[in-house]
Amino acid sequence: MQEVLAILIDGITYASWLFIIAVGLTLVYGVMKILNVAHGSLYALGAYAATSLGGYWLAHGYPPVGTYGMLALAAIAVGLVAGPLIERGLLRRMYGNEEVVLVLITYAVFLILEDLSKLLWGVDPLSIPEPYSLLGNFEIGGLVYPNYNLLLLAVSLLVGAALALVLNGTRQGKILQAVIHDREMSAAVGINVSRVYLVTFTVGAMLAAMGGALTAPSIAVQPGISADTIVLAFAVVVIGGLGSLGGAALGAVLVGLVRAWAVHKWPEVELFSVYAVMALVLILRPKGLFAVPEARKI
Amino acid sequence: MRDRTLVLLAAALAAMLAAGFLLPQWINTLTIAIAWGVVVVGMMLMMRTGLVSFGQGLYYCLGGYSAAVLHKFYDIGDILVMLLAGMLVAAAVAAVLGLLMAKYRDIFFAMLSLAFSMILFGLLVKSEQLGSTDGFGLSVRSVAGAALPQGHERFVVFAGAAVVAFVAALAMHRYLASHLGRLAGAIKDNELRVEYMGESVRKLIHVNYVISAALAGAGGALAAITIGHVDPEMSFWTQSGEFVFITILSGTGSVLAPFLGAIIFETVRSFAYEHSPNTWQMVLGFTMLLVIMFLPGGLWSIFQRRREAA
Repeated sequence: MQEVLAILIDGITYASWLFIIAVGLTLVYGVMKILNVAHGSLYALGAYAATSLGGYWLAHGYPPVGTYGMLALAAIAVGLVAGPLIERGLLRRMYGNEEVVLVLITYAVFLILEDLSKLLWGVDPLSIPEPYSLLGNFEIGGLVYPNYNLLLLAVSLLVGAALALVLNGTRQGKILQAVIHDREMSAAVGINVSRVYLVTFTVGAMLAAMGGALTAPSIAVQPGISADTIVLAFAVVVIGGLGSLGGAALGAVLVGLVRAWAVHKWPEVELFSVYAVMALVLILRPKGLFAVPEARKI
Repeated sequence: MRDRTLVLLAAALAAMLAAGFLLPQWINTLTIAIAWGVVVVGMMLMMRTGLVSFGQGLYYCLGGYSAAVLHKFYDIGDILVMLLAGMLVAAAVAAVLGLLMAKYRDIFFAMLSLAFSMILFGLLVKSEQLGSTDGFGLSVRSVAGAALPQGHERFVVFAGAAVVAFVAALAMHRYLASHLGRLAGAIKDNELRVEYMGESVRKLIHVNYVISAALAGAGGALAAITIGHVDPEMSFWTQSGEFVFITILSGTGSVLAPFLGAIIFETVRSFAYEHSPNTWQMVLGFTMLLVIMFLPGGLWSIFQRRREAA
């Protein structure tokens, strides 16, 4: 019984983390039809920026509670700088290419950002453990968990709810849906598609960086975290159906629970299990669980 | 226009052997470049069919581990046996997975191939018997039954790889000029029309997929023999990404292109590792952007353009 509880809690924590990262990826794909490999690097940049800003804050002797603000600031700063830079500087010249070519372009950006973070922050592991330890622990059914897990869950629920509200309940969301549905037609009726792309990509970058900033307190931030994370995010969005918000949530929960189950019950298949689920879903539903069927075009 | 590929290939083989003879300190780099070139020849075939695999590391890794397992568990040290085993295992797995893969296109092909390669990665990382994340070593003693000459093992491995590459490139050249090979480009252009002509697109993709996997398996076995070690990173997605990179860099214009691309890639990498290890990937990234923007046909298109102008 206790093990079931542990699997559930670990799974939900892992799912929250996955959702925050994957939702930005699926948003960018849904609107721009770009499967952004560089999303992993933006995640890493967010984590690095969090260690720097958090470290700066603490080094000046300010109260440790403020590190949470630094995490948020890191995510916003990375998103606002890197997002427009990549979209305006590069991607805008590339629209109209095949989807696979766009993947390769973002892969090139991934490679560049990978080394940029090494140049800026070095190759030694960095950490910012204060926000993690500061919140203390909670106890449930004889198991002790850090409260930080609850924060992750809260943030992911908040992000999901906010995106769903904006998409379905506001004028901006309607515009976004119009662009998703038919880019040329929306441009014809006067929607500034170029600006929609810019905003979407920046929000996506911010979400990636936020995933990184929120993860930074619980891991050693070092080269390689981007490559490990982006494939997991791929698995999540592909399972749910590329471009689907609900799909990303379902994918995150599925991957989270499967991995937590594997860690507790069958540790040998831990990493294998995630991709096995991804392959299985792709085999049964080639475009993911929530994908809308598309008409075949000649 | 006469086909000069055979002459060029023979010249390239002679030049490679001479280079290996004159530059013994570069011999490992060259051998790896040739091994990767063989992998990329297979990627080129898929690219011509209009498909980009982000999981070719799966077959590269299978080829490498097949060779290494032969040495570790069966005490076999013959290069030819290892090479054939690598090819066969990769082709056999591809024959099964190909049943599925042939139904997928574009990003979904890339993603499913990535998933399969990451499955192998996840399995190997957790397999204690195969050394988990560290992998394990292997060594070779003979080639086709003849013992390796003492002190010249590296050169023999190198020359063997060069011959394998020559045969692979020549066979691919013939294949591309055949009926089946020409259909690859037709599938990329418009697969419905290929169906209307009475050909099965799925079968064609399946065949090409198995061929490219066999080549990746051969390349993996050659790389494992050269390095003397295998580890799960061979199946990690960044490895497949490097193969994609070389394919884009080379272009799909000729079977010689992959080797040109792979040699440039490996040479630049060994320099970069020595002088500035932290900017190597950045160089790769910028090169890739420049090639996509200004040379969409890859490096090989430079030669093609000149020939057309002449």
